[in-house]
Amino acid sequence: MKYIISLSLLTFFLSSAMIQKNTITKPQPSVYQPDSGKIIYETYCLACHQEDGSGVPNMNPPLIKTDWVLGDSTRLINVILKGLKNTEINGDSYSNEMPSHDFLTDYQIAEVLTYVRKSFGNQAGPISSEDVKKQRAKK
Amino acid sequence: MKNLILFVSIIALLTSFKSADKNPIKKAKLKADADNGGITLPKGFGALVVSEGVGKARHIAVSEKGDIYVRLAKLKDGKGTIILKDNNGDGKADESIGFGSFVGTGIVIGNNYLYASSDSSVVRYPMVKGSPDESKPETIVTGLELYSEHGTKSLALDDKNHLYVTFGAPSNVCQEKNRMKGSKGMTPCPILEWHGGVWQFDANKKNQKQADGFRYVTGIRNIVGLDWNKQQGELYAMQHGRDQLTTLFPEMYNAEQSAELPSEEFLLLKKGSDFGWPYCYHDRFQGKKILSPEYGGDGKKQEICEGKDKPIMAFPAHWAPNALMFYTGDMFPAKYKNGAFICFHGSWNRAPLKQGGYFVAFVPFGKDGKPSGDYEVFAEGFSGGTEVKNPNDAKARPVGLAQSADGSIYITDSVKGKVWRIIHQ
Ligand code: HEC
Repeated sequence: MKYIISLSLLTFFLSSAMIQKNTITKPQPSVYQPDSGKIIYETYCLACHQEDGSGVPNMNPPLIKTDWVLGDSTRLINVILKGLKNTEINGDSYSNEMPSHDFLTDYQIAEVLTYVRKSFGNQAGPISSEDVKKQRAKK
Repeated sequence: MKNLILFVSIIALLTSFKSADKNPIKKAKLKADADNGGITLPKGFGALVVSEGVGKARHIAVSEKGDIYVRLAKLKDGKGTIILKDNNGDGKADESIGFGSFVGTGIVIGNNYLYASSDSSVVRYPMVKGSPDESKPETIVTGLELYSEHGTKSLALDDKNHLYVTFGAPSNVCQEKNRMKGSKGMTPCPILEWHGGVWQFDANKKNQKQADGFRYVTGIRNIVGLDWNKQQGELYAMQHGRDQLTTLFPEMYNAEQSAELPSEEFLLLKKGSDFGWPYCYHDRFQGKKILSPEYGGDGKKQEICEGKDKPIMAFPAHWAPNALMFYTGDMFPAKYKNGAFICFHGSWNRAPLKQGGYFVAFVPFGKDGKPSGDYEVFAEGFSGGTEVKNPNDAKARPVGLAQSADGSIYITDSVKGKVWRIIHQ
C-alpha cells in the first residue's frame, strides 16, 4: 500500500515535472557561487564519480588523491578535453569510459578541475582558464 | 546445570561427527547464523555465511554434490574461480581452492560439464565423479572482441544442447561519441551487428567464433542476469537500462526524472525478439517504449518503438539486475516454485535521489511463464546501512545466485566475495 501511494505520488511528481521542463532540481549546497566548479561538478561529473568523489567500484574511478587529480595539470586537463578509456587508475581497472567534455568552456573546465583538486580531501593547486586554453589549442 | 549443558553439547558434537562421516550433505543439519549473516529475510527463512570473502565475486554455480564455484572479476593468487567445499556438512566452507587462471562472470553446470566464461571466450571442463577436471579444458567459444563496458559474458544452457552467451553493447546509447553530451545517436546503430543481444552456440562444438553462433535476440543494451527456464523451455533475462538522460539532455529530463527512467526490464527472450535498444527505452510510468532523445525523442513520442518487444515486468531505474534464477527446488514454500529470484546489484546514478537496489527480489510466476504478482523484497540489508548514498559505502552488493540440490540457494557479493546460503526451516 505504501508502495502504491509513493508510486502515485512519484508519477504525479514526474508528470508535473514533465510539464514544467527545465526545472533541474539539485541538492542545494549550503554556500555556492553560481557557475562555480561545484555546480559544474554536480551537473556533469557527479553521476559517475559520486558526490564525495569516491566513484563506483569497478566502474568509475575515485577522484580522491589519484595521481591523475593531484599530478601533472596538462594530463588532467586532457582527461576532460579528450576523455579516457581502458587505463588503470592506481592499480584498478574500470569498465566505463570517461567521455570527452570538450563542450565545456575553458573557464568551466578550469573551475571544475580546481574544485576537484580542492575537494574530497585533495589539496593541489588551481587550474586556470589559460592552462585549459593552451591545451585545447594543441589538439 | 553447567555440566548438563556441557554433556549435551558433547553428545551433540559426537553425533554430528558420526553423521558427518557417513553422508555429509544429507544428514548434517544446516543452521542459520544468529544474525543471518547480516541480511534480512522473510519469516521462516534463515541465512548462514558460507565464506566471509573469496575476492571480487561474480556468478556462482553449485555442483550436484554441493561444491560451490565462484567466478571472480579479479585474479586471486593467479586463479579466476574459487571452489568452496563444505566437508562436515554444516554449510560453512572448510576448504577454498583456486581453479582456472582466467577471470570472468559466467558459469553454469550442465551436460556433464562445467562451463565458464572470460570476457573473450567460453571454456568447459568435463565433470568427473562430480568434479570438473581442470586438466581437460575445451574451448567452446573463442576469439571474442575484448571491451570493458558491458563486456562480461553471462551463460545459460538449454535442454537442446545450446549455449547462450550475452554480448553487451560497449556503449550507453550508441552515440557517435559514447556518453558525450551533444553527440548524435547512430542510425542504424552499427554496434547491433555484433553486440546488444544474446548469441546461441552449439554447447558441444569446440572453437566456435562469434560468427558461428546465431543472434538469438537483439536490441538489448546489457544483460548480466540470464537463465533458462526449464519449466517453460524459454530463455529469460534482465536488461540494464540506459544511463544519464539528464547529463545528456538536461533541457528535457531533470535529475529526478533521470533517476527514475528508464525501467530495468525483465525480458522473455523469444527467438528473434528485438527490444529496441538504442532507439528506445522503457518508461514504466507511461507503460511503454519511448523514442530515445538521441534519436529525436521528446520523452513521449514512440514512433518505431511502438513495434518493439515489451518487458514482462518493469523495475525502477538503475538498480542493476546482475543475476536471475528460476527456483526449481522443494525446500522453499510452494509459492516460490518456478518463480524468479533477481539480484539487484544496486545503483550508482540515481542522485539526487538515494541509491536503490542492493537487495534480492522474488517474482512469483504463473503457469503461463509470466509474473503472477508484484515483486517482493526477498533478502536485503547487504549494504549494511538503511540508505546508500555513494555505492562505495555499501559493505556488500548481491551479484550472483545459484540453487543447490537440496533446494537452498546461494548469493554472492561483489565487494568482498561474501557467500550466503539461504535455507527454509
Ligand atoms: C560516464 C561516466 C563519467 C562521467 C560523466 C565523468 N567521468 Fe571522469 N572518468 C570516468 C571513467 C570510467 C574514468 C576512468 C577511465 C579509464 O579507466 O580509462 C574517469 C576518469 C577520470 C579522471 C582520471 C582518473 C582519476 O580517477 O583520477 C578524472 C580526473 C576525471 N575522470 C574527472 C572527471 C570530471 C571532472 C568529470 C566532469 C566534468 C568527469 N570525470 C565526468 C567516468 C566518468
